[in-house]
Amino acid sequence: MADPALETRDLCKSFGALEVSRGISISLLPGEIHAVIGPNGAGKSTLIQQICGVTAPDSGSVFLRGRDVTHLPVESRARAGLARTFQVSALALDDTVLENAVVGAIGSSGKAFRFFAPALGDRELRETAFSALERVGLAEKANMRASDLSHGERRQLEVAIALTLSPKAFVMDEPMAGLGAEGSRIMTGFLDGLRREAPILLVEHDMDAVFALADRISVLVYGSIIASGTVEEIRNDSTVREAYLGETA
Amino acid sequence: MTRESILNAVILALLVLVPAWAVLADEPFTITLATRAVILALAAVGLNIALGLGGLVSLGHAVFFGLGGYAMGILAYHVQAYEPMFEWPFLFEGSKSMPAIWLTAILVSALAALVLGLLSLRTSGVYFIMITLAFGQMFYFFSISWSAYGGEDGLSIYVRNGFPGLNTLDPIQFYGLCLAILVIALVLASRLRLSRFGLALNAARQSPKRAEAVGLQPFRLRLTAFVLSGAITGLAGALFADLNRFVSPAMFSWQMSGEIMILVILGGVGRLYGPVAGAIVYVLLEHVLGGLSEFWHIYLGLLLLAVVLFVRGGIVGALSGRRAAHG
Repeated sequence: MADPALETRDLCKSFGALEVSRGISISLLPGEIHAVIGPNGAGKSTLIQQICGVTAPDSGSVFLRGRDVTHLPVESRARAGLARTFQVSALALDDTVLENAVVGAIGSSGKAFRFFAPALGDRELRETAFSALERVGLAEKANMRASDLSHGERRQLEVAIALTLSPKAFVMDEPMAGLGAEGSRIMTGFLDGLRREAPILLVEHDMDAVFALADRISVLVYGSIIASGTVEEIRNDSTVREAYLGETA
Repeated sequence: MTRESILNAVILALLVLVPAWAVLADEPFTITLATRAVILALAAVGLNIALGLGGLVSLGHAVFFGLGGYAMGILAYHVQAYEPMFEWPFLFEGSKSMPAIWLTAILVSALAALVLGLLSLRTSGVYFIMITLAFGQMFYFFSISWSAYGGEDGLSIYVRNGFPGLNTLDPIQFYGLCLAILVIALVLASRLRLSRFGLALNAARQSPKRAEAVGLQPFRLRLTAFVLSGAITGLAGALFADLNRFVSPAMFSWQMSGEIMILVILGGVGRLYGPVAGAIVYVLLEHVLGGLSEFWHIYLGLLLLAVVLFVRGGIVGALSGRRAAHG
């Protein structure tokens, strides 16, 4: 088996008496989409935050391409190739689409402390930014202000910014949120191709998308992974049905 | 050309034409007023880097303005009083040379901004405002109690400091010097805004978690912005002291911090020429309304209220509309 691009080992995290992560171990293998599903309050967001470095786990570790990144801050993990998209778009809305993408390229270049030369005049930054925008289909809107984009386009821009990091692994927090049926379908098609570039850890509520995309699914309930397997296995798992899909087996 | 760049050119042309108008209309005092506006604009250009680009609402920029002022006052005082500033490790008698004073003002305020920034940038929002205000008050009371340099009375410098090749006592030449510095600062600020650093800082202001998620370090970006901002405001302080040939604890007061912030908000936060427009209007109001009533701040308050409530982007925003998408 290939080495995982991203792996957590026995992550535990409590907020007071509330255990939000109880020994979570999941892995993300090259080329796959691994979906994490679970009811509201299952601890999905906290899991993402620990993977990305926003929240420190009480115990356990996070590995990025075999390297222990548990104690690295968010920005170091990003520069190491961990690309994240947000549930609620976190764009610089006053800036243009291109500027938003260029900021991603600046961040991944590690050379933000240049004060005089215009960033948009830098060929390398522009090329990185434009090729990312092209891939998500936003190249023609490069000079539009991000605030003038539709909701779906903002989600695409989120992905484009993640692409500028030349990612080794994606962590996507509900990329389908608020997209509508058509938008969801387009995004699903896009993510389907994206897995060849870097594997995707996908946290998503849209079950159609999850079942269409995922190579593996892990089900998180009350801070524990109660089941993990292929789409078929999860569909037919009685524990999952009971705990999550809301059916009596 | 966008409407905003036309407006900027008009503002700059007005400033360049002030001396000619003053001579023709035989109103030499206008030049002093314009010098005051230009220097205050410079201080506000400094604050605008922290406030407009970095989103750092600093109510302590009088610290840097005052440090710049006292850098000038202390260096010049020692020459004036024939008291060497220090004799060890070498004899230093102070300085009456503007370039040396400016350099000192910039370095001292940059250093102060670095220390203050390290301490205060760990907070945000209202806590940041309060901490910067508190630092400002510390410097204010320190300057009052430091009797060696005039304490509450401040320091008077009888002869304006010199600049090689210029007669700085001539109001027009001194004005030209200040205007040239303002223009240089504006050019640097406009380059800064479009640079990698500017875009990164701008993103960190609008969405800190996004900035981190692409590998940027918001704290370092903000700290750097704060230092650059403080250095420019410090330079303005040195010029301000030279204009008045006087420096006093008032330069450290929180009202001074507020005044600099008002200039930025009045003119347009984050707009390149916002501080300049704000300073011109402020000095005009102060002169015209100040002559009518000593309570002229009431009118300033009303104007500020109107700008904040009804105009996005201050005076520059009102006259030129939304910021151009291309920056």
